[in-house]
Amino acid sequence: MSNENPNNWPLWEVFIQSKRGLDHKHVGSLHAADAKMAVENARDVYTRRNEGNSIWVVLADNIHASKPEDQGAFFDPADDKVYRHPTFYPMPEGVKYI
Amino acid sequence: MAKDQQEALFQQRVDDEQKIEPRDWMPDEYRKTLIRQISQHAHSEVVGMLPEGNWITRAPSLRRKTVLLAKVQDEAGHGLYLYSAAETLGVSREQLIDQLLSGKAKYSSIFNYPTLTWADIGAIGWLVDGAAIMNQVMLTRTSYGPYARAMVRICKEESFHQRQGYEILMTLCKGTPEQKAMAQDALDRWWWPSLMMFGPSDKDSPHSAQSMKWKIKRQSNDELRQVFIDRTVHQAEYLGLKVPDPKLKWNEQTQHYDWGEIDWTEFNEVIRGNGPCNRDRMAARRKAHADGAWVREAALAYAGKQAKKKAA
Ligand SMILES: [Fe+2]
Ligand SMILES: [Fe+2]
Repeated sequence: MSNENPNNWPLWEVFIQSKRGLDHKHVGSLHAADAKMAVENARDVYTRRNEGNSIWVVLADNIHASKPEDQGAFFDPADDKVYRHPTFYPMPEGVKYI
Repeated sequence: MAKDQQEALFQQRVDDEQKIEPRDWMPDEYRKTLIRQISQHAHSEVVGMLPEGNWITRAPSLRRKTVLLAKVQDEAGHGLYLYSAAETLGVSREQLIDQLLSGKAKYSSIFNYPTLTWADIGAIGWLVDGAAIMNQVMLTRTSYGPYARAMVRICKEESFHQRQGYEILMTLCKGTPEQKAMAQDALDRWWWPSLMMFGPSDKDSPHSAQSMKWKIKRQSNDELRQVFIDRTVHQAEYLGLKVPDPKLKWNEQTQHYDWGEIDWTEFNEVIRGNGPCNRDRMAARRKAHADGAWVREAALAYAGKQAKKKAA
């Protein structure tokens, strides 16, 4: 969502990694004057109980998304490729551990 | 796609318990209802800091002060999570704040009551957060994804709010007769306003049916209120306090408490702006916003300068 008024702090989307090895997960957004402030404020409001191990902030304007209304056509190239799933290959009764 | 087709698809999704996400098509009324409800909820978290903030400097011990500060800080965070969820619906933060400060937007009427004694801080945690939790637990299953996710975060944080309040009252009730009387007085004043937090009775709540159909709400005002009463009465008994309702009585048949009648005239008056503290609350919010203006400007100017320096 873009900010019409240039006198307002821009909107940042916040992603938190809760533990090393896990993915960064979107948790919400906040307004901040710059990236440094966004990271610090994200720490103060989204990780007050050690929920975070790492924080990403991204200007909301820089996020581009696929369109839900095109969802069908957009993702259908994967629909007819059942051979990408292991269940496509029946294994004989006696064969184990494969 | 034709509009009625989109509408049918939308309702199907809701019926199938799939979440609605920000970029999905949704009926205008659904969007409007959510913006209104989520922003009212956000405003309530923010204004809700005022009655408790009133006691931070006067908390009776360092422990109580630390705890109260942490709780009020949480409420600020809850306000943010909710504004952030509302913004995904295409409304700007500036608009939302303007609506609050201009008096156009509503917030929970409970925060227009004063916190006269320290026992009120106990009663707020126990009853006000307790009632809010009931509503918020229901909302973790609301149909709009960002709202539901914000509620999950909030509910995790709420769990200590109610307990710290009850602990304050337990301490007072085990104290001197004066302290116990103070606790009783707080319960007397906060009981009915807490019951009002669940909103008008179902028969006077015209938007409820649509909200239930869209699964924004999943339980009615009266249902939630009854569960709250059933759970809270025995907590009052444990404290040795008396719930200020002469009609309160266990009903073997319904397995619920029967209880008296809410003073809806008072409720409507407070909503209309004539509660004991409405003017104070709004004045405090407006002042805080105006006093912060130079900080917002300075931070933006500094960020601009830094960006220029980097570019050079
Ligand atoms: Fe809260
Ligand atoms: Fe709370």
